[in-house]
Amino acid sequence: MATLVFLEHHGSELLKGGLGVLSKAASLGDDVSGIVIGSGVRGLADEAGKFGAARVYVADDAQLEAPLPQPRVDVLAQLVRDKGADSILFANSVLAADTAAGLAARLDAGLNWDLVDIARNDGKLVGTRPALQDSVYVEVGWTSQPRIALFRTGSFDPVASGGAVETEDVPVQLEDFSTGARMVEQAHAESEGPSIEEADVVVAGGRGLGGPENFTLVEGLAKALGGAVGATRAVVDAGWYPYSTQVGQTGKTVSPKLYVACGISGAIQHKVGMQGSGVIVAINKDPNAPIFDFSDLGVVGDVHQIVPKLTELVEQRKGQ
Amino acid sequence: MKIAVCVKHVPEGTKRIDPTTKRLDRGGEGALNPFDANAVEEALRLKQATGEGEVLVVSLGPAKAQDALRKALAMGADRAVLVTDDAAAGSDLVATSRALAQALERENADLVLFGQQGNDSDGAVLGAAVADRLRRPMVSQVAEVTHADGKLTVKRQTEFGYDVIETQLPAVVAVSDAINEPRYPSLKGIMGAKSKPQATLSADDLGLTAEVVGVGGSRTEVLELKAPPSRGESRKIEDDGSAAQAIIDFLTEKRLI
Repeated sequence: MATLVFLEHHGSELLKGGLGVLSKAASLGDDVSGIVIGSGVRGLADEAGKFGAARVYVADDAQLEAPLPQPRVDVLAQLVRDKGADSILFANSVLAADTAAGLAARLDAGLNWDLVDIARNDGKLVGTRPALQDSVYVEVGWTSQPRIALFRTGSFDPVASGGAVETEDVPVQLEDFSTGARMVEQAHAESEGPSIEEADVVVAGGRGLGGPENFTLVEGLAKALGGAVGATRAVVDAGWYPYSTQVGQTGKTVSPKLYVACGISGAIQHKVGMQGSGVIVAINKDPNAPIFDFSDLGVVGDVHQIVPKLTELVEQRKGQ
Repeated sequence: MKIAVCVKHVPEGTKRIDPTTKRLDRGGEGALNPFDANAVEEALRLKQATGEGEVLVVSLGPAKAQDALRKALAMGADRAVLVTDDAAAGSDLVATSRALAQALERENADLVLFGQQGNDSDGAVLGAAVADRLRRPMVSQVAEVTHADGKLTVKRQTEFGYDVIETQLPAVVAVSDAINEPRYPSLKGIMGAKSKPQATLSADDLGLTAEVVGVGGSRTEVLELKAPPSRGESRKIEDDGSAAQAIIDFLTEKRLI
């Protein structure tokens, strides 16, 4: 079965998500190819071989430099027409979701999104998709080929299996409308201070803190626990805290040993960024907040009361 | 500027999947998808800023999706188009994007807006699929829109921060829920909504046959529903003044401090 995996990169690195999907596809015993699309990206192909790609297609063109979806749809659609593919797999990101959706429309191909797993049952590919705030797991399939799948962030770890890779250049021919949107200023990941992705403890704050000034409570607890500070998209967009600390779908994905959520409701966009944490403690005054459905210890109460007391107790403990 | 906003009618309150049809139960009360309220709000602001134009809301759904459209009209949209047909039930992305694109083609709006995602399906994919069918440039996850000189400049949030992207018009933009605070309809708005133009189109009206809408036009299927894996023991306590100590005890037990 011919499977094509979209390998997204940022700067000069392939993203882990795509490599994880590549490893998963290889473990199903498929004939797996990766595709790297960008400008000056030929050097990234070898890396893909280590994670299970037998072949890497490279679309290297100055017009593909900006991470915009529509030119990528053009390249993928052309490749599928030329070489054929039974399945086209993507690790979720803003770029990947838009590219996968555009490609689905272009090829009239089924797209299943937010998958956390894929397996072959009696020869048929079946995806697993958590739905309704993860309260039910839905097994989904495709009724035609190619099938397109978009996997939830962090679904698969990249597994280095070694192996040589053959690379093949693919032609780049873009539709007029695909170049109608133009990157004026591209964001680059900030890298100051200890990364929250590496921290053993993350203390995160959300809208329930009431205002930016109350982030000092979160910072105090993080310091006492020797951890990093995280934030939800709502407070980042409101300008309370910097984007580099944002945990969730369009932010960082973290998996510390301990995650303390302060005044965070637990929307699905936040959940996907932190559900891999070892132990989750949540403090929220709303007893019906979804965060309590996936926390190990849920505390219904006022963060403004509890967090300072907790910080004090942690400091006392350390002083002993 | 003529702006078309695509909106979805979603079940209100706790959602459930019907075990027989394996589809989301849309039988109960419904509401305007909250993410789409941000798109309606942004359209109204853009219209106000340019001082002219029209805001049109478009939906594909059951007959009662009219309620979601009426909410958008009450907020201030000028006109509504509902694509509704029993044959369209169960449409997946391929089928939904085709029907919507077909309805949008007739309107030829300068800008088509989407909310970031459906709060029922958690899919953030419809805008890009419709844009491809309309053959128009698109940008998603947009947290800011500025319209000047016949172009849009938008701020897009991705995993790496905020990009600034410029797009020519006509275009398709999916806005994030951070872009604005949607207004509540005023009493006058609610009363006025009833007399605004509301058109209903069937699949036939759009030239869509049974092979391309609904289940027939879909390329994905739901096979089975399963219980989610359990996360293990979970405790929930209410703060009676001793919660901080309870957390310390818990962390000690888990050897985290």
